[in-house]
Amino acid sequence: MYSQALDQRDVQRADSQREAGESPDRLARFQARVEAEEKIEPNDWMPEAYRRTLVRQISQHAHSEIVGMGPEGNWITRAPSLRRKAALLAKVQDECGHGVYLYAAAETLGVSREELVDQLLTGRAKYSSIFNYPTLSWADIGAIGWLVDGAAIMNQIPLCRCSYGPYARAMIRVCKEESFHQRQGYEIMVTLCRGTAAQRAMAQDALDRWWWPVLMMFGPPDAESQHSDQSMRWKIKRFTNDGLRQKFVDATVPQARYLGLAIPDPDLRFDEAAGHWLTGPIDWAEFRRVLAGGGVCNRQRLEARRRAQQDGAWVRDAARAYAAKHAAPAREAA
Amino acid sequence: MTEAPMRLWEVFIRSRNGLAHQHAGSIHAADAEMALQAARDTYTRRGEGLSIWVVPSAAITASDPGDKDALFESGASKPYRHPTFYTVPDEVGHM
Ligand SMILES: [Fe+2]
Ligand SMILES: [Fe+2]
Repeated sequence: MYSQALDQRDVQRADSQREAGESPDRLARFQARVEAEEKIEPNDWMPEAYRRTLVRQISQHAHSEIVGMGPEGNWITRAPSLRRKAALLAKVQDECGHGVYLYAAAETLGVSREELVDQLLTGRAKYSSIFNYPTLSWADIGAIGWLVDGAAIMNQIPLCRCSYGPYARAMIRVCKEESFHQRQGYEIMVTLCRGTAAQRAMAQDALDRWWWPVLMMFGPPDAESQHSDQSMRWKIKRFTNDGLRQKFVDATVPQARYLGLAIPDPDLRFDEAAGHWLTGPIDWAEFRRVLAGGGVCNRQRLEARRRAQQDGAWVRDAARAYAAKHAAPAREAA
Repeated sequence: MTEAPMRLWEVFIRSRNGLAHQHAGSIHAADAEMALQAARDTYTRRGEGLSIWVVPSAAITASDPGDKDALFESGASKPYRHPTFYTVPDEVGHM
């Protein structure tokens, strides 16, 4: 999902020094704890690959929340009413909070906030491909809340039971806030669909552009994602990419029908026997292209993050200098 | 270039229902006053609390998970510390 880009090569590369202490006995004890649904906490022993997988997944998730503020922030000053503007501001502020909860969870694994931010700004870290698409009209804000946050909820609810305690606790906090995000988005869509022909066309256009990229948020098909197995064994993941994608499609198709919008998939059909909506083939070449930097907005999104970091540097410097100045007399007095 | 690290603080919040302050998460800030403001923005956007404590993370001394058995095992072997260890005749009713 938000961590769909998980690059397994790194996880599988043996860090011989740290992994030296990983006797089969110790690994078995760790696995037994996971299977007994005990939470793993920061100071507990854990396999090095488990730690690396989590750092990568949690930080990619955090980066996605932060970069994800961009596409929606684009419409704050142009929201059509004060009500919509207040809601959008609150939602974008929530996403910033989600990023902060998640960075804090990643930091418990021994990596610093500054290092994580640096990985994002230098392009070494990935974030969800969905945020590299542009928000061309106000209807996109409705579609993002409804679909992107809807997909995020599907993914994040099982993560509340993740075996790593700090990640699970961060996700519980995030999930409490996500429902508002999806509902405000759907409300925008309902309003547009009950409006003029031009407003309905705008809503349809947004669904046409966001549908397929949203399905890609769940990550590559199970047959191609070999890392799924290990994450499932470690109970970091509880459902496969395809399983979550199917849940999302089943939940969303009736919502689109209620709006009177057409899902842009000529092959979409209901399988009576299975009780599921089946989609046509997903264009995974596009997914890989966008992840690799070839999306419409990749460059713009990273530039915006770099600019924000640079423009805020003097504030952080001043805060540190102020704190140092006021800490000095206290130390002298002691 | 990686920036100099900002201090880490643990955030504790007392919710409306009168319970003790509970750990909510952590926050980075240069000093205590800014940590309080950041904690407010990050952890109480929906009226979650009436009081916030921030504590430098470095000031916390934590028990070692390796000592878990030595510290907590003895509690498990003393069932006579629990009310259900004792039998009260049915005729006496609820006690
Ligand atoms: Fe979020
Ligand atoms: Fe959200």
